[in-house]
Amino acid sequence: MLKLNHISKTFNPGTVNEKVAVKDLSLHLKKGDFATIIGSNGAGKSTLFNAICGDFLTDSGSVVLDGVDITFQPQHVRAKSIGRLYQDPMRGSAPGMSIEENLALAAGSGGWLSHISKADKERFREQLALLDIGLENRMSQPVGLLSGGQRQALTLLMSTMDPPKLLLLDEHTAALDPATAEKVLNMTKRIVEENHLTCLMITHNMHSALELGNRTLMMDSGNIVLDISGKEREGLTVDGLLEKFNAGAGKELDNDRILLSKKK
Amino acid sequence: MTLTTALALGQTALKLGLICSLTVLALFLSYSMLNVCDLSTDGCFTLGAAVGAAVAICGHPFLSIFAAMLAGACSGFVTAFLQTKLGVESLLAGIIVNTGLYSINIAVMGGSSLLNMNKTTTVFSMMKEALSSTPFAAQTELIIGLIAVICVVAFLVFFLKTRLGLAIRATGNNADMVKSSSINPVFTTIVGLCIANSFTALSGCLLAQSQKSVDINIGQGMVTIALASLLIGGTVMGRGGILKRAVGMVLGAVIFRLVYTIALRFNMPAFMLKLVSSIIVVLAISGPYLKSQWPQIRRRLTHKKGGI
Repeated sequence: MLKLNHISKTFNPGTVNEKVAVKDLSLHLKKGDFATIIGSNGAGKSTLFNAICGDFLTDSGSVVLDGVDITFQPQHVRAKSIGRLYQDPMRGSAPGMSIEENLALAAGSGGWLSHISKADKERFREQLALLDIGLENRMSQPVGLLSGGQRQALTLLMSTMDPPKLLLLDEHTAALDPATAEKVLNMTKRIVEENHLTCLMITHNMHSALELGNRTLMMDSGNIVLDISGKEREGLTVDGLLEKFNAGAGKELDNDRILLSKKK
Repeated sequence: MTLTTALALGQTALKLGLICSLTVLALFLSYSMLNVCDLSTDGCFTLGAAVGAAVAICGHPFLSIFAAMLAGACSGFVTAFLQTKLGVESLLAGIIVNTGLYSINIAVMGGSSLLNMNKTTTVFSMMKEALSSTPFAAQTELIIGLIAVICVVAFLVFFLKTRLGLAIRATGNNADMVKSSSINPVFTTIVGLCIANSFTALSGCLLAQSQKSVDINIGQGMVTIALASLLIGGTVMGRGGILKRAVGMVLGAVIFRLVYTIALRFNMPAFMLKLVSSIIVVLAISGPYLKSQWPQIRRRLTHKKGGI
């Protein structure tokens, strides 16, 4: 589904602030793959997502999604087939617009001059009810009134309502309190399974990294240093994963939040 | 002040308020919805007045209105193009276009800075003729202003709920979200500014035709006056749906004109208009800010006096 061929990105080249964010990275995701990504600070995890979404053009290499070369496609064109959630719950929805208006924008059906129809509203209501947080009764309220967890759940719904070819989750539960985070994570699991989405998820939680999905990637210094799936992944513990990382990257993992999450 | 003079004052305020409220509605779209402070408003207002007058003088009263709106849309397109495609700061783009429009406006007016429409057939003179036998003959300007306002408000209420309208609102509301959704912010900004500026030009065209003359300074300070009206309208109406807010904009424009007309009545010189509008804008914007800062200021004051 997603093929990254030798992509590289250097920020501020030729200056003292030069930063090689991603270096000769290749990745091949099969349709329906759900891969979790962990890595040290500044390993290039978010840069990888930005490169896939087209926030910037890569310096070299190509990005192929579902057989289409999207390396030079503008961001808003790619966004039709890529859903994305950020860590900050405020980034994914428009606070001054109502829940149904946000959903209508995300649903993307109808022409430019079409209005929200009764059928649309019914569909939104059903989908919101599935989230089970009472949003279906507040559809005409502005999104700005929702809590962070509710907004993140709404954003999740918005980006998966028209099932995207690829779903990118950038620590989307990290800014939520533990109980809400778990709820949103369970929603994510359900939605990804039901729609057989191909998904990449950055997380700092080693347990989720091993529990969720069918593949775990570890990144360091702009590249993937560890890629485990199948049998190898099944019996793996958090300590085992850390050992493997140290062996792969040739150094200790330096992400405090990841290390703190070791003990559940 | 007798009742008749009060009525006459109210009527003047209503007439000017309605026509100028079209500019306020334009800013409602560009400033409140798209979150772009369009400083080309002054020039665009004059452009509408100049193009409308030039076409009307050539003998096309109806065409003049659409020509003015088209000219406004073109000016909006240039402003939007500068800020989305050529990397010019949004505020600067407006200022640049505003400056450029000065020359264009004089060119449209055939090199002079004043055009007279005393003997020109305009929608106003035509309406006046049509109503000559009815008691509404003296209210032509009011009626035409009202029709224009109703059309524009109805359009905005319809438009801002369409998918394109929602996309424009989202562009102004959360740029981050728009970037990662399938909305093209370049497209929505261009469409939004084209529509907004066509209303500004319409406003200028109607004002000029109702006054039967255009002068190159007709639009000067319009952006501040409209902003003052917009802020007054927002305060009067508060939160609510698009229709309520749009009506608030019209109310704001009328209230602003009413206050101004009354002030004139109390011997305030006419040239004070711009200063008054500037002060209103400052008060409306800094009022809420100072209010939020007040607890800190008070704490500092009590501390200075030896309190805790």
